[in-house]
Amino acid sequence: MENIIALFISFIKIGLFSIGGGYAAMPLIQSETLQTHNWLTLNEFHDLVTIAEMTPGSIAINGATFVGYKIAGLAGAITATFAVILPSIILLSILSFLYYRYRQMPFVQNILLSLRPVVVALIFSVAINMFKSSIIDAGGILTIISLLLLILSFFALRKLKWSPILVMVLCGIIYTIIKLGLLI
Amino acid sequence: MKKLGTLFLANLYISAFTFGGGFVITTFMRKKFVNELKWISDDEMLDLVAIAQTCPGSIAVNCAILSGYHMAGVAGVLVSTLATILPPFLIMIVIYAFYAAFSTNIYVATILEGIFVAVTAIIFDTVFDLGYKVFKSGNIFFYMLMFIAIILAVVFNINAVSIILLALVCGIAYSGFKALARR
Repeated sequence: MENIIALFISFIKIGLFSIGGGYAAMPLIQSETLQTHNWLTLNEFHDLVTIAEMTPGSIAINGATFVGYKIAGLAGAITATFAVILPSIILLSILSFLYYRYRQMPFVQNILLSLRPVVVALIFSVAINMFKSSIIDAGGILTIISLLLLILSFFALRKLKWSPILVMVLCGIIYTIIKLGLLI
Repeated sequence: MKKLGTLFLANLYISAFTFGGGFVITTFMRKKFVNELKWISDDEMLDLVAIAQTCPGSIAVNCAILSGYHMAGVAGVLVSTLATILPPFLIMIVIYAFYAAFSTNIYVATILEGIFVAVTAIIFDTVFDLGYKVFKSGNIFFYMLMFIAIILAVVFNINAVSIILLALVCGIAYSGFKALARR
């Protein structure tokens, strides 16, 4: 029971102070689980970061589930996950209400109008960063192969209107066959 | 009730296929909520993402709460949030038993490299559509904001929250200027 309460308090803190999403949550999870409590070893933490990046969905939820499950089983996983989203549920419900209430006001409209191009720019910067990590950093012949796959995927999405899921599955399979074929 | 069911499935889909976290969510959120269900517009989506990014907590969960509240009030918040946390929660529980084997498995790692190539294409596809809309606005101030934000993010590696807050200051100044000009 003590563990459950400690998990709850730790993950409320993480939920409340991680501004900017999963990559902001990770340093907080590290300090709560490695320094404040001895819940994880450094190796376990590194495994957690790797798995969080390898699996779909929110990174903070991955972290909460992993640590909670290790400390107190299923009850711990549920407690930590619930705690990490609790601050968001309260704050963002209020903000959603305020946004839909006031967004038509001319003063707010003009602020939102100038925020939108910036959000588009930020999404573009994510595309550039992913281009670096998944195409350029692949290196050598793999860079050429992934660049070709990128162009084909883009064509399939834009011109052929294929579903993104289909493109992801095909790209994963084709890339794997080519890469492992080259290694053998 | 049907709406809550649709909301649950849509969020489950978004969460289960968003690899990489953060802004990647916009691609699948746009596909479901803007293009298929037509529950929100592109502009609303960008607003919600800006709010989600600058608030504490996971961006995916924050987006789910913002859109869920708009579509079905408190019930919408609970349904969307549950659907968003279920995929990473269940995957972690399943993987937990053999996570060391999973994180070092060559096949898993290689397939993921391939998936991330596709995710890069998906983000470029989305950003082309959204960027085209900014260009159509014909507003030089918006072009400049977009250009400066790209430089700050890509060249100087400034984090997204700081850039949005900076844009907020510019937006308030722009809005104040417009209000004065109207008088």
